[in-house]
Amino acid sequence: MKKVTRRNSEFRIFGIGLALLFLFTSSLNAQDAEAAAEDAAGQDAAAAAAGGDPAAGKDLFNTYCAACHNLDRPMTGPALRGVGDKYEREWLYEWIKNSQAMIKSGDPQAVAIWEEYKPAVMTAFPQLSNDDIDNIIAYTMQPKQEPKVADAATAEGAPAGGGQSGIGNEVILAALALVFGLLVVMLFLVNKTLRRIAEANGVEFAVAEKEKRMPIWKAFAQNQFLVIVTTIFLLLGGAYFAYGYLMQIGVDQGYMPVQPIHYSHRIHAGENQIECKYCHSSARVSKHSGIPSLNVCMNCHKSIVEVSPETATAEYSKEFYDGEIQKLYKAVGWDVQNQEYTGETQPVKWVRIHNLPDFAYFNHSQHVSVAGIACQKCHGPVEEMEVMYQHSPLTMGWCINCHRETNVKMEGNEYYEKIHEELSKKYGVEELTAAQMGGLECGKCHY
Amino acid sequence: MASNKKYWKSVDELDENNPVVKTLKQNEFVEEIPVDEFLGDKESLDSSSTTRRDFLKYVGFSTAAASLAACEGPVKKSIPYVVQPDRIVPGVANYYATSIANGFDFASVLIKTREGRPIKVENNTDVVYGGGANARVHASVLDLYDSLRLQGPKSEGEYISWDALDAGVVSGMTAANAAGKQVVLLTQTFASPSVKRLIAALKEKYANVKHVIYDAVSEDAALEAFRTEFGSRALADYDFSKAEVIVSFGADFLGDWQGGGFDSGYAKGRIPENGKMSRHIQFESNMSLSGANADKRVPLTPSMQRKALAKFYGYLTGTSVSAELPENIDTAVKNAAAQVKMAGSKAVVVTGIDDVNAQRIALKINKNLNSEAFDADRPRYIRQGNADEVSQLVKDMNAGEVGALIMSGVNPAYTLADSAAFNEGLKKVAVSVAFTTKEHETALNATYIAAAPHYLESWGDVEFKKGYYGLTQPTIRPLFNTRQLQDCLLKWVGDNRSYPDYLKETWQENILKGASWNQALHDGVYDNVSSSEEEVMAEDQPAVQVGEGEGEVVSAVAGVSSMLTALAKEQGEGMELVLYTKTGMGDGQQANNPWLQEFPDPITRVSWDNYITVSKADAEAMGLENWNVANGGLNGSYANVTVNGVTLENVPVIIQPGQAKGSVGMALGYGRNAGMKSDMKVGHNAYRLYNNFNSVQKVTVEKAAGEHEFACVQLHNTLMGRGDIIKETTLEIFNSKDSRVWNHVPQVSLNHEEVDAVTVDMWDEFDRSVGHHFNMSIDLNACTGCGACVIACHAENNVPVVGKAEVRKSRDMHWLRIDRYYSSDETFEGDNETKEGMSGLGDSLSTFGEMESAAANPQVAFQPVMCQHCNHAPCETVCPVAATSHGRQGQNHMAYNRCVGTRYCANNCPYKVRRFNWFLYNNNDEFDFHMNDDLGKMVLNPDVTVRSRGVMEKCSLCIQRTQKTILDAKREGRTIKDGEFQTACSAACSSGAIVFGDINDKESKVAKLKEDDRMYHLLEHVGTKPNVFYQVKVRNTQEA
Repeated sequence: MKKVTRRNSEFRIFGIGLALLFLFTSSLNAQDAEAAAEDAAGQDAAAAAAGGDPAAGKDLFNTYCAACHNLDRPMTGPALRGVGDKYEREWLYEWIKNSQAMIKSGDPQAVAIWEEYKPAVMTAFPQLSNDDIDNIIAYTMQPKQEPKVADAATAEGAPAGGGQSGIGNEVILAALALVFGLLVVMLFLVNKTLRRIAEANGVEFAVAEKEKRMPIWKAFAQNQFLVIVTTIFLLLGGAYFAYGYLMQIGVDQGYMPVQPIHYSHRIHAGENQIECKYCHSSARVSKHSGIPSLNVCMNCHKSIVEVSPETATAEYSKEFYDGEIQKLYKAVGWDVQNQEYTGETQPVKWVRIHNLPDFAYFNHSQHVSVAGIACQKCHGPVEEMEVMYQHSPLTMGWCINCHRETNVKMEGNEYYEKIHEELSKKYGVEELTAAQMGGLECGKCHY
Repeated sequence: MASNKKYWKSVDELDENNPVVKTLKQNEFVEEIPVDEFLGDKESLDSSSTTRRDFLKYVGFSTAAASLAACEGPVKKSIPYVVQPDRIVPGVANYYATSIANGFDFASVLIKTREGRPIKVENNTDVVYGGGANARVHASVLDLYDSLRLQGPKSEGEYISWDALDAGVVSGMTAANAAGKQVVLLTQTFASPSVKRLIAALKEKYANVKHVIYDAVSEDAALEAFRTEFGSRALADYDFSKAEVIVSFGADFLGDWQGGGFDSGYAKGRIPENGKMSRHIQFESNMSLSGANADKRVPLTPSMQRKALAKFYGYLTGTSVSAELPENIDTAVKNAAAQVKMAGSKAVVVTGIDDVNAQRIALKINKNLNSEAFDADRPRYIRQGNADEVSQLVKDMNAGEVGALIMSGVNPAYTLADSAAFNEGLKKVAVSVAFTTKEHETALNATYIAAAPHYLESWGDVEFKKGYYGLTQPTIRPLFNTRQLQDCLLKWVGDNRSYPDYLKETWQENILKGASWNQALHDGVYDNVSSSEEEVMAEDQPAVQVGEGEGEVVSAVAGVSSMLTALAKEQGEGMELVLYTKTGMGDGQQANNPWLQEFPDPITRVSWDNYITVSKADAEAMGLENWNVANGGLNGSYANVTVNGVTLENVPVIIQPGQAKGSVGMALGYGRNAGMKSDMKVGHNAYRLYNNFNSVQKVTVEKAAGEHEFACVQLHNTLMGRGDIIKETTLEIFNSKDSRVWNHVPQVSLNHEEVDAVTVDMWDEFDRSVGHHFNMSIDLNACTGCGACVIACHAENNVPVVGKAEVRKSRDMHWLRIDRYYSSDETFEGDNETKEGMSGLGDSLSTFGEMESAAANPQVAFQPVMCQHCNHAPCETVCPVAATSHGRQGQNHMAYNRCVGTRYCANNCPYKVRRFNWFLYNNNDEFDFHMNDDLGKMVLNPDVTVRSRGVMEKCSLCIQRTQKTILDAKREGRTIKDGEFQTACSAACSSGAIVFGDINDKESKVAKLKEDDRMYHLLEHVGTKPNVFYQVKVRNTQEA
């Protein structure tokens, strides 16, 4: 009996510990939220003091100014934080509404700016009222958010703190598993104890008498019919799996190599809704979809040097993404500080994901421009892919299937007019599949 | 029951002490097995430390490693541009118009580039003059990727900097000036206005500068004749499309005569239209392309040609010329003269005799005829070489009077007959520099080797003929550290401009006169003919008057008679050697080009060689032979060829039907050694016999020991009366009879009735009326056999080069071949009659035997044959894996990855157009041609699979091009116009013999050609229903 008691006490201790852990984790979360709220309140207060609504200013800034200005670093135009202290308010009103006129009038401050940033001409914003400008300036006057202490804490405790949501679940699951394990052990122990008690009390077990029966495997082995049937099934099963294995050789579905720059299609195509063909422009006219050259990246990344905090995920932090953008700058030779190209480039060696064999001819423009097929049809939900992978098997059977099932988009294309008329008469259908157009012929893809 | 019997093998075994029996008992084999023999070299085997166990270990390890490696696919990297150039879209070809002007070939071409790499030469069809690339020009793109190209300037075998070279040459020129020695610029014909201006600038900067132009294959006589007749050193131009009667005395104008490029005009006049076509009479000694195409060909030794020309002039003008000609030749000359007389201004006479008198006579005839085909007002500038100046230069060099020698585009150490004297002289020149893409013979002896860019990397301009200009622009950045002559000259005269700027300035000031430079550069050509016609005429006037001045008439007449006497006086004693250039090799500057080496000569069908061609009669007299050996290869005797004390030893011999008795022919451009891959060092250097820049030499030919193995792709030369392969008729019959007479449709018996073979069919006809249905028409009248299509096909379809040994085994890979047939009688018609006239087995056996050899002066016919894309294809039905199948658009598809290499298809093909990959021809050191190095592989067409070992391949009717055309139309949402569909061969065919298109487009040219009376299919009676069809060859055999 002693033993049993002791086990119970152990379990109890564990239970209490578990409960404590839950408590602790939830309180951590709460503290975080509070800290954020305090921060926001502090900023608002600072802005209000400068006259003007920084929240409204932020919206305006993002609408009108952000294309050329950043608060903290020079872009096309100068960095704007604290601009309200550098210039007279009236001067700023006038400048923003029509900078060119000021430069022409020979205003020394205006000319100084022009000298520094020419030939970039600042757009005139006559539509902005003085209040608007006040709001914007209020936004720019907000003190720079120093990297928060909380951030540091998060970064430091990444292994532990990072598990706030993820490991929470795991802990619960582990605990449950432990509980079940204990229950099983307990069951055995209880059973054993009961049996011992029964034995002590002289209760007889009705032990099933062991007949001298043939072991089942021996019986099986002696039944030839069963053996043959089983062998056949085993062979068929083996053949099935062997076939399955052989057929996947060379099929790289799901191939997800590590790329030299962690480029997230989720962020670009998903969150930011960038059209696929903005970057993969040659897919419109060429057989290749084309891996965008780095100058295409720089169209946007000249001004986007970092991701917004919301972009970061549990798996990839903001610092990680910002680091990847820095890799781009290094490759393309962009000096962020001086906003100029250094000329030292390092072409990026991407790992090619979709590899068709040389003897298969595939033309993107045929499918993208002529047929109007969405990229996702073959490439899958790219906009959700953090890391790009091969969605489709890219086997011939897969191609052929689609050619059999897909109707060719012929409306409004003068090329198809005659052939559509003739073929639909021949087959007696209105819609023609690629196969009916001759899309299954060997020579259409193999030459 | 076991038997205890003992069997004796021999009586000796009874004697137990016999030592032989004992040894035999212990040794299984009586003699020692010659293991060493089949294991190879015993020594190296003995010295090898690899034991059997080691060997097994290696095998085991490599098998395991290979299977492990096979589990994981290779990781492929894709590296995009950092900054992508605007115009380059990966996967989309760009075209640039440019001009080739390498001193031998001058043409305006389009260059197809992919991802910035030039991969193909196309005809620039928009040009008025200078279009029409020949086989060599089509192959020139491969020269760009020659792995033996010079990678930078060199001196004494070491790479140096351009600055060092500049300093060396400038100081050399200054020193020469100081010492009062000559500074000589020895160049190819540039015909470039900018270079002319540049050289003038050089002459201003340095005193005593001489510019010597040197053509390896000289047209000096023609140039000199034109200068005497018309006042300027140039060549008359001819438009053979305007000629109704063409008489040629030894001028291979379909080859490289006077710069070539006449074939498209010629072909136009050869297609019978409204019952008329041109009549072509050729007097020549070698069987040339022109002779092969002629309606009447008279084999004549060069000395007889001179007499014939003199006589011809006599008959034409009515003056009597005392020259003795055999009667039949005299009649032929008389007839020719009569026909020319009748045609009047519609006739043209040309001659290739390297003699000023002969050339002048020809010019005079054309002038007097007022020939429409003859153009002296706008002469051609593409040959300017001056033989005398070159000879003088060699003398000056040896006399030590040349202080600095700058060479560009020339290789005198190889091309001069007396190259030893040149080399000696070169040693006495203080500073010499050779601009070249290769370390050729001359460069190796020069002080400096200046690495010149290929023309596809250079800027330049050329004046093809008066008023017709072409521009050369780079189509790729220089692959190596190269600089062109013009840039260097600018540096050396102290001009800091770049050559493109200088070029632009020259053009804007002197040529364009207000027209757009960008437009000219885009077009690649510019002519100011239409705009300034009168002005030019006015300029020309004084020059013309020199010859036509009143006072000179008498002396001119006297001059003519003396010229005629000089011509007629020529005595032909002994053998005469006629040096010629091959369509595939030209002057030999492209000798390291495997496409051209493998290109079979259109006439002899021999690749990878030069040889002497002798007539059958002479061969028999000298005991020279050609014979076929067991593996089918052609073998031949060797001969020693001696000209003027110089002997070429062991020159192989080809017995050439049609070769004039008493003459032998030999091609220039072979036998180069420097800067060549070892496989390409073939043939003998005939330039050593090219004395005084005269293509005709007195020669002695002696049989030498040994036999030569040729790589000849056509072993059967005659048609044997099989008139349904090449259907031929005469203009007379063509005009007067029903088409079924001269274009016989084969008959078969159906239900005991004779019906047309084409109407009987075993198969159900597939409906091809929907969509496109591609057909190709090949006009045997327009085809001159030039072979541009063969090379174009090579380039477009990544056809591998297999080398001499493999070609000899008939394993050549050409998808398109041009069969050449000789008649066994005087004419093909005679063959047919002979065949019809046979009776009985004995007669047919002996007669067929006789018909295997060609006539002494046979008729010749060319027939391009590629896959015929049969609608009922015999190959498709026998393929066990369905690797070859038929497309609805009429193309017979070939899925390489499906082919297992049974070769059933090739055996079942009646046209023998399928080619089997016996080996892996890429990345294989055994086939060290362009596909074996990274540079050479850049020429490959990325849209066409590179085939591997063990698969069958064949012409695809350029399906990659037809698919591209269709896709472009679909993308742009438009229908396809006639002419948009092209194959590589049809696009390359400047004579218009090959026409490709969609016969479902009833308005298309090819649909109309299919309805033409001349249309026939190859082996029509087989019932394959090909999508390639031919047009009956019509010969204008009518004598006046």
